[in-house]
Amino acid sequence: MNWQGWAEIALTLGLAVLLGWPIGVYMARVWEGRSTWLDPVLRPVERLFYAASGVDPTKGQGWMAYLGALLAFNAAGFFLLYLILRAQGLLPLNPMHFAGMSPHLAFNTAISFVTNTNWQSYSGESTLSNLSQMSGLTVQNFVSAASGIAVAAALARAFAANRGETLGNFWADLTRTTLYILLPISVVFAIVLVASGVPQTLMAHIDAHTLEGAKQGISVGPVASQEIIKQLGTNGGGFFGANSAHPFENPNAWSNLIEEIAMNAVGFGCVIAFGRVAMAGREARALVIAMVVLLVGASAAIYASETRVTPALLHAGVAAAPNMEGKEVRFGAPSTAVWTAMTTGASDGGVNGALESFTPLGGGTAMFMIKLGEILPGGVGSGLYGIVVMAIISVFVAGLMVGRTPEYLGKKIEAREVKYAVLATLILPVTILGFAAVSAVSPIALKSVSATGPHGLTEMLYAYASAVGNNGSAFGGLNANTPWWDTTLGIAMALGRFAYIVPVMAMAGALAAKPKLQPTAGTLPTHGLQFIGLLIGLILILGGLQYFPPLALGPIVEHFQMLSAVSH
Amino acid sequence: MLAHIRPALVMIVLFTILTGLIYPLAITGIAKVALPYQAGGSLLHRPDGSIEGSILIAQAFAKPEYLHPRGSSAGNGYDATASSPSNLGPMDKKLADRIAGDAAALKKEAPGVPIPADAVTQSGSGLDPDVSPENATRQAPRIAQARGVPATEVQAVIARNTMQPALGFIGQPHVNVLAVNRALDAQYPLHPARS
Repeated sequence: MNWQGWAEIALTLGLAVLLGWPIGVYMARVWEGRSTWLDPVLRPVERLFYAASGVDPTKGQGWMAYLGALLAFNAAGFFLLYLILRAQGLLPLNPMHFAGMSPHLAFNTAISFVTNTNWQSYSGESTLSNLSQMSGLTVQNFVSAASGIAVAAALARAFAANRGETLGNFWADLTRTTLYILLPISVVFAIVLVASGVPQTLMAHIDAHTLEGAKQGISVGPVASQEIIKQLGTNGGGFFGANSAHPFENPNAWSNLIEEIAMNAVGFGCVIAFGRVAMAGREARALVIAMVVLLVGASAAIYASETRVTPALLHAGVAAAPNMEGKEVRFGAPSTAVWTAMTTGASDGGVNGALESFTPLGGGTAMFMIKLGEILPGGVGSGLYGIVVMAIISVFVAGLMVGRTPEYLGKKIEAREVKYAVLATLILPVTILGFAAVSAVSPIALKSVSATGPHGLTEMLYAYASAVGNNGSAFGGLNANTPWWDTTLGIAMALGRFAYIVPVMAMAGALAAKPKLQPTAGTLPTHGLQFIGLLIGLILILGGLQYFPPLALGPIVEHFQMLSAVSH
Repeated sequence: MLAHIRPALVMIVLFTILTGLIYPLAITGIAKVALPYQAGGSLLHRPDGSIEGSILIAQAFAKPEYLHPRGSSAGNGYDATASSPSNLGPMDKKLADRIAGDAAALKKEAPGVPIPADAVTQSGSGLDPDVSPENATRQAPRIAQARGVPATEVQAVIARNTMQPALGFIGQPHVNVLAVNRALDAQYPLHPARS
């Protein structure tokens, strides 16, 4: 560890939070349907979308209609993507003549990209045509992100409403978020990424003859256009198997910084936009502070862990630290650490190093971040509604302690809302622990696990945590492209996304219908240090209690094995 | 629910056209005109038009007169159509054995000179184009001997190709292996120039 490393971590996190603020202010304008300076170009496109699909964007939808539209759109996206992946061999822009995906792999991949997870049981450069990358995956990178942001917008309106019945219009939120927020930022920064060295071409393969006279094949493609929205939409699915460790996805420290900021800035922006629409700026700031505290803690823990002495290096008599296995020289330990905290805090899932080769506590911290619920700052949109669920449980717990009906942002939190909130948070542990427990005793699942002992258990736990949390990063040793893993991870991703959104939307509907109250002397303030402490405590206790036993059997026991190996 | 079917189908088709065709193809077009070198993969061409490789992608170097890159598990090694890390856990015996073997070979080559961690570990992509300055410097005497030039001259080539972190702390110091080897071939050719 050195000051340069800490300075890089501080700069990266600081810029992501700072840029989240203007993005959030702008996003609130877009949610409210107000004019933007992009109107001259984009308004006609927006109108065309509404006219062609027969939608009245001004017509408010109740929570069930809003949810129904979201589910219908995501179902249509799933079927189209599944078809493209299966039929890839027959479609154009396939210079390498890749065949279609197998049914279980296409199922897994289609669910993965529709749910904003981007778990990848395949390597892009040896599996996917340029058409599948562009017209299949990149499209879902945009619209799955916009779907999540739409739910956040609906929830913000629920808190703003006074005995309201509608939460906005899903089609308008989807269209406006994509057109006015995600697309313009992507256009600008895709070009910036190309300038930094990320390829953007319709070719797929280059034949090189190396200086030593060998032949080397080099995969290229339309990488930059996918790379930026992969980060901006907290998708995380790499164009290449090695994801953002690949020099073509992430050539240097500048591209690395841009990608890191991109994967958190919109997530923070959603919280700021929520605060503006729900007229709760101070409360939104409190949520941001809680997120940043935990994110800083995770970055520091991973940086400290990855610069420790590791046994393989120590016993070989070489420089025993940092742990450079699976890390790129141009990034080193600090930049890989802060990236990993941000990608697991944000449900992005893109990686710039190999998590499988991290130290036990480094990889374990990444997994713990996912298990805290992908709310730090979480996926775009999904992180906001996730942290609001946590805030609601926090005021409920505080209400129990002081014996008053809890309120949050002027809405009484009663039994119904708390039930929906708890239902949503239960999806994660039930699915992660259930599937991991079954896999741990199923030979068909264990065949795919590459490591033995606690590291093997961590591989499996990480896979399901990543799927349910809609993160998508992996301990890469797991051979996930089998019917068992493709199918169960696919189900886990769908549950983690939609079984969470359904109770959140029901909760939003219930909240909107309530009167908006003015705070009284008896209202627990939800913007001060006390509440921030309560919220952080609740997040850690929920995460810690639910997952401590498997964490103890995986990364924690492996950590003690490593300590023992280092001292002998 | 039925009322949602038409907008769902029309919207996914329109978004596919806009974000799946128009957007990536427009970026491709702009990149081709404005940034052709980077857009094509930062490729290095020989005078005869053949491609030496990409400056961003590691290629195999095993001969003593060249700077050696980090080890690679991409395909059968340095396969830029199959990027991959080793995916070995920190306590994996295969990792310990591999590192011990590589370290023993490096010690024989330059006894007593410390070995930096990046020299015996593999990268996240298997295509890391860089090594640390310490790793490069450690190899300078071998390269110098194979080329019959003073080690200080090889060290000077390495120093010229060493990138320092931006502002002193963004990223890590690194040396591009292919850039060094091209410079070495240009300044201290081993073979008579090809006609």
